[in-house]
Amino acid sequence: MERRFDEELKHLKERLVGMAGMAEQSIGRAIKALVDRQAALAQAVIQDDVAINQLEVEIEDTCLGLLARYQPEAKDLRFIAMIFKIVNDLERVGDQAVNVSERTLDLLKEPLLKPLIDIPKMAVLAQQMLKDALDAFVNQDAELARAICRRDDEVDHLNDQVYHELLVYMTQDPKTITRAVDLILIGRHLERIADHATNIAEDVYYLVRGHTIKHRLAGE
Amino acid sequence: MKPTEAPKLIVQDLDLYYGDFQALKRIQMSIVSRQITALIGPSGCGKSTLLRCFNRMNDLIESVQMRGRILLDGQDIADPSLPLVTLRKRVGMVFQRPNPFPLSAFENIAFGLHLHALAAGRRIHAIVEQSLQAVGLWDRLKDRLHQPALRLSLEEQQRLCIARAMAIKPEVILLDEPCSTLDPIATGKIEELLYALKEHYTIVIVTHNMQQAARVSDTAGFLLLGELVEFGPTNRLFTNPRDPKTEAYITGRFG
Repeated sequence: MERRFDEELKHLKERLVGMAGMAEQSIGRAIKALVDRQAALAQAVIQDDVAINQLEVEIEDTCLGLLARYQPEAKDLRFIAMIFKIVNDLERVGDQAVNVSERTLDLLKEPLLKPLIDIPKMAVLAQQMLKDALDAFVNQDAELARAICRRDDEVDHLNDQVYHELLVYMTQDPKTITRAVDLILIGRHLERIADHATNIAEDVYYLVRGHTIKHRLAGE
Repeated sequence: MKPTEAPKLIVQDLDLYYGDFQALKRIQMSIVSRQITALIGPSGCGKSTLLRCFNRMNDLIESVQMRGRILLDGQDIADPSLPLVTLRKRVGMVFQRPNPFPLSAFENIAFGLHLHALAAGRRIHAIVEQSLQAVGLWDRLKDRLHQPALRLSLEEQQRLCIARAMAIKPEVILLDEPCSTLDPIATGKIEELLYALKEHYTIVIVTHNMQQAARVSDTAGFLLLGELVEFGPTNRLFTNPRDPKTEAYITGRFG
């Protein structure tokens, strides 16, 4: 039986997917601003984050209302609880895109330190992880969710690589330090985005299967 | 929520006494059209008394005295130019216990139509069908319309009573604990029905069941000892009540 509650859940889900789309887009634009050296685009990412923050507050409010009014059980309860958490991760993704943009604005004051290869690669991976995590959510696909968690290692690996490469620049020429630090931080922001995508994937897994794969608790 | 709609019912400074006992104290509220408004509160708080004011059911009780006004679309419901029969046609009521007449399902609905001379002949059949369709009973009953209504299940009887109230095309439907004799599944179905009906009707429901109020209503009021302690959007009332008494009641810390 289709309940009125189902209708409200569906609406909630649509809004979450909308918010995820905005967060995903923020990452893409932040990296484009960095690679193409577009200050205006970096500024836009920072400004547009307000809308993501606003959605976080609204969706949390809706979740609270649904919990209070329907007192959901079982999967309905897990669904709302997970949305509560996912919204938080998405908001943080938006913040990380803002951080990337702020570093970009710094970097644009000076010439390019080096051609960017691994950082855009990290961004693409992180963005794809986030997109897949949301697809897993929409399709309630536990296996896709589990696979996303494994991909986090790739991003971590690239981040290490970026770090060590830039360390070499800094030791060889102190004039590169500010730019190298900015790039190291960008690597870290992207690595964090992948972590948030992983969190979301773990939450989706829990939502679908009812047990967690966090902190290597999968086998229990 | 449609905040632009004018209130269907406005209660102004309503006091009600049963003899010396004051059952309602200075009630003020506006009930919005095409919304579900729920009244909650512990037994004896006055919520049913307030509901019964809206179609002057309390007039039947001799010791009752009232002060203040209730406006229906801006008109005082005590105004002699609004005959009681007309008021009750515009403001229908469904009671706690399903109370179909000891007649067939068909005659239960046709009864009000005859009484108010609203329809005759074939038109009656059409209205009976429409009303039963609206409450989701038509498919179940169409082949046994002329069997006694009292043979239906309680949930079906309550649906029939709602259909009977709707057949005379009221504007407001008052429901006094409409689900208290029903099991959770039947209750869920009635709630879904109310949700569907609010597209066309203004619904006021009194319920002991706080969760029910939370689930079905757009606006909710909490009454305590005859006072309307809090009245506002259901979502707000159940997530962030303004009055500590409301909070104590809805969280079960009452008394």
